[in-house]
Amino acid sequence: MAQHTRKGAQFQAVTANRLSDGIVVYLTADAGWSESLQDAAVAEGKEAAEALLAKAAPTVENNTVVEPYLFEVAREESGIRAASVRETIRQAGPTVRLDLGKQAELSGVHG
Amino acid sequence: MYRYDEFDQQIVNERVAQFRGQVARRLSGELTEDEFKPLRLMNGVYLQLHAYMLRVAIPYGTLSSRQLRMLAHLGRKYDRGYGHFTTRQNLQYNWPALKDMPDLLAELATVEMHAIQTSGNCIRNVTSDQYAGAAKAEIEDPRIISEVIRQWSTFHPEFSFLPRKFKIAVSGTPDDRAAIRVHDIGIQIVQDAKGNVGYEVYVGGGLGRTPMIGKKIGDFVPKEDLLAYLEAVMRVYNMYGRRDNIYKARIKILVHEIGAEEMKRQVEAEFAALKKEGALHLPLEEVARIEAYFRPPAFEELPNESTELNKAVLADSGFANWVKSNIAEHKVPGYAIVNISLKPIGGTPGDCSSDQMDAVADIAEKYSFDELRVTHEQNLTLAHVRKKDLHAVYEALKKHDLATANINLITDQIACPGLDYCALANARSIPIAQRISERFADIARQHEIGELKINNSGCINACGHHHVGHIGILGVDKKGVEYYQVTLGGAADEKTAIGEIVGPAFTEGEIVDAIEKIVNTYLGTRQDGERFIDTYRRVGIEPFKENLYAAH
Repeated sequence: MAQHTRKGAQFQAVTANRLSDGIVVYLTADAGWSESLQDAAVAEGKEAAEALLAKAAPTVENNTVVEPYLFEVAREESGIRAASVRETIRQAGPTVRLDLGKQAELSGVHG
Repeated sequence: MYRYDEFDQQIVNERVAQFRGQVARRLSGELTEDEFKPLRLMNGVYLQLHAYMLRVAIPYGTLSSRQLRMLAHLGRKYDRGYGHFTTRQNLQYNWPALKDMPDLLAELATVEMHAIQTSGNCIRNVTSDQYAGAAKAEIEDPRIISEVIRQWSTFHPEFSFLPRKFKIAVSGTPDDRAAIRVHDIGIQIVQDAKGNVGYEVYVGGGLGRTPMIGKKIGDFVPKEDLLAYLEAVMRVYNMYGRRDNIYKARIKILVHEIGAEEMKRQVEAEFAALKKEGALHLPLEEVARIEAYFRPPAFEELPNESTELNKAVLADSGFANWVKSNIAEHKVPGYAIVNISLKPIGGTPGDCSSDQMDAVADIAEKYSFDELRVTHEQNLTLAHVRKKDLHAVYEALKKHDLATANINLITDQIACPGLDYCALANARSIPIAQRISERFADIARQHEIGELKINNSGCINACGHHHVGHIGILGVDKKGVEYYQVTLGGAADEKTAIGEIVGPAFTEGEIVDAIEKIVNTYLGTRQDGERFIDTYRRVGIEPFKENLYAAH
């Protein structure tokens, strides 16, 4: 499997799939989940990242999401950007069938 | 085609009810994800990158029009209006919600279909020849024994927790269109000098990270002994297959480690022991009952030549190209086999919209005895079409963007879902296939190049069968960047071969040019009548390597 993040990543966010429909979601600052990466809480440094991931645990317990994990992001003027191809695809849908789904709604992300 | 009896229908209905309860308990929290995951996998439900994915079993790739219409309906109601046909002749939906899955499966069960054993460490959907019942030189319709194996392997308690997944393929003709030598068990139907039908059995083939070609261990297994013989193979595997290491758990590793001779000895010993204690004897009357479902349809007596066809070929060059590449010879005079390409130029290999499925269902109903096939190369086949109807079929397909004339040509590629959909993938495969398709879109150039199979996989698990593509493309991840490794000389037919790596991998930006260089090397090297694979076998990898890396 492609790496989600890399050692020494400066900024990280937490993502998971929603249990009921599998849709990609991001952990927000108030420990909720949003479908938009732009709502994600971003942690700087390893300790903050681990603390952020710990916040997701209760929502696994209460069956809101499955398999939360950290992934590397960058903060840019235009907003939060996923660092890897894999996470960019999870964020903005497949790079094919650009006529539907998130890939149509977030058409700028895949460039 | 086969119809469920009351037992088949009952076990499928009961399974839907059982899974409905399991989903409810998962959603309410009574089951944890760890507890639920193996249960959902046994019902074909994966969690992929964007959502859940459901893999529906299409036994040996055969579908009725009614079933295809249901698949179209489910795509509209529970997904995004399309599905993806796979290299196991199955169909995958990319976005069904877990909460909807029981209702989806209940609707599916109304047309005698399910998603059982499309995942997990069990015997998976049996695959076969899409030309079954129509091919010349067919010894026996391979769907008969495929159905027998389906019934035997469904919920078989002894084979529900194998060391790893297990795939079986059956071919009824010497020309292998079912890739039997890269299966855990490959069955070749043969006939002895007295006309008795029996089976050659190959074991230990497979792709993935350790590609292997199956070894023949059974030369002529009699019909009534086939299940007992398969049971003997499964028992040896169940006993000695490695459960300690997922990468070494497939039967191919066992066969490789102990050798084909030892495997054969052990299987024969187990087979002899099974026979002694009262082996599972395949009742020939039961075979006859199943065989009745696969009797030839009511073919008309027709002249082999069709003046309607000949006239249309002369009048319509698009149709002429389609006839040239997409039509195969039928065993009955006046009939033809029609291959429907799911590889439009620049499209996603294997994708089919619900509207297209409905259109194909209508065409199959009207022109091909109400049934069709899915191929392991991700296309569809209408097995029995009158030659005089070919132009009408072509026109009907054309209206739905289904008349691409490219079967077995360079744009007829296999591609797995890759990193665009799959949680295991390291790199994208669909966009690479699309760019290659666009580069070679010109139909005259495709025909000039001739038969050339390009197979794309987005990771080493090889769902895109890259090892056995004449040209194989494997996506790899190098520090977060997608690279593409190329293999040459693979083949999945009766001369199965594993492709050889040509050299260092290419970037996304380089790969299409690299493929074009390989093709040009072939065109400059080939002798009269040689296909790409023939030239490769004659000259080897060196000329390709030299041209490919000369400028590097």
